[in-house]
Amino acid sequence: MKKDLLSIDDLTTDEIHLVLDTAEAMREIGQRPIKKVPTLRGKTIVNLFYEPSTRTRTSFEIAEKRLSADTLNIAVATSSVLKGETLADTALNIEAMAPDMIVVRHASSGAGHLLSRICRSRVINAGDGMHEHPTQALLDAFTIREHKQRIAGLKVTIVGDLLHSRVLRSNVLLLTRLGADVCVSGPPTFVPAGIERFGVRVSPRVDEAVAGADVIMMLRIQQERLHGAFIPSLREYFTTFGMTAARVALAKPDVIIMHPGPMNRGVEIASEVADGPYSVILEQVANGVAVRMAVLYLLAGGTEAD
Amino acid sequence: MPVVLDADRISRSLTRIAHEILERNRGVDELALVGIRTRGVPLARRLAAIIRDVGRHEVPTGALDITLYRDDLMRTAVGAQPVIRKTEIPFSIDDKRILLVDDVLYTGRTIRAALDALIEFGRPKAIQLVVLVDRGHRELPIKADYVGKNIPTSLSQSVQVHLIEIDGRDEVEIQES
Repeated sequence: MKKDLLSIDDLTTDEIHLVLDTAEAMREIGQRPIKKVPTLRGKTIVNLFYEPSTRTRTSFEIAEKRLSADTLNIAVATSSVLKGETLADTALNIEAMAPDMIVVRHASSGAGHLLSRICRSRVINAGDGMHEHPTQALLDAFTIREHKQRIAGLKVTIVGDLLHSRVLRSNVLLLTRLGADVCVSGPPTFVPAGIERFGVRVSPRVDEAVAGADVIMMLRIQQERLHGAFIPSLREYFTTFGMTAARVALAKPDVIIMHPGPMNRGVEIASEVADGPYSVILEQVANGVAVRMAVLYLLAGGTEAD
Repeated sequence: MPVVLDADRISRSLTRIAHEILERNRGVDELALVGIRTRGVPLARRLAAIIRDVGRHEVPTGALDITLYRDDLMRTAVGAQPVIRKTEIPFSIDDKRILLVDDVLYTGRTIRAALDALIEFGRPKAIQLVVLVDRGHRELPIKADYVGKNIPTSLSQSVQVHLIEIDGRDEVEIQES
């Protein structure tokens, strides 16, 4: 493994499979009466979150605690960032206290890379702006593999705000690498130019994109990042691109519906679909802990350079 | 490479151990087998099969991966992490007599890790240790209750256990390294 996990491209295909297999073993720990192993005893992990997060931060923290690491959460609302400290200065100060790993979420793309350059600690990207969210893609792949026993050859349709989505970017890199047939759909304002170069097909009509899909992955309309006229209205978006039971019926009969959360019910996904029989949305959350345990464990070892 | 146990000797050793287990533990109801991954697992399954034939009793059998409990895991940050496999103990170990099964007993560190791991699953009435080969050189105060064969070795040698379930043949050999 490389020193840091900033992008799916930091992992070789073998390492991706290793993470998923290790996660399989880690999941069992969560089913024990004592959900804890001594593996990362004495390691300090800092969770540095510059953006609000429930799922990812909780998931990392539970994963860290199950591996017996000492964890520390820095929520920006209560930190010196409000006094004007830069990300680099905050990082150097945290680094001076010698943590072993830093898990970072930041609104700017490349924040993890900046930390990676200036920190000796291992850095895990827990979402950087519109760039990547590698552990989310890994847990999505884990969930797909669990249901379909494979990823190669599956038709995976991803619908929503493709432009602002770090979840999309990490998933496209990972799923195409593992041989899935990835099809994306969304309003033209949300389709990044040149996305075909990543090896995905673009389908402007959602019904076409969903037809015959093994997996449907919905992306959140990120209202905090929409500074401009991307869509006429949320209601119109739901009518044109929202995942309804009628659209799900166009996919394969054993389709699974995924969403990285937090969901906007009635915007990108209908409640009846989110809570319906095809939905694996809560399984994704459960699997997130096992996948993050696997990543923390594997990163705690030696690097290629050693 | 000298073969120290062939298929026949392995099978006789396991049969003898199964009889010793039944002799020493009255009330087979409390027994459960836990094999240490990798090669302790097929050995535990074989013992369960013999006990089923001889003692007419089904002993629950589980598999334990001790990697996460190893004492050398995070000490040297060199190379990749060891691969972790699944622990599967599909029964409660509370108040059971656990027969912990491994292929080779050497430093005793694997068994130390296994004891730590096992105790987190509950409070067994007793834990007994079964090994196919005891090669000596203990670094911890650990002793096996049932031994297939004691094989005195030097530190430069390695003991290789091959089992049909994993390696396609039953054989124990000593290698000079």
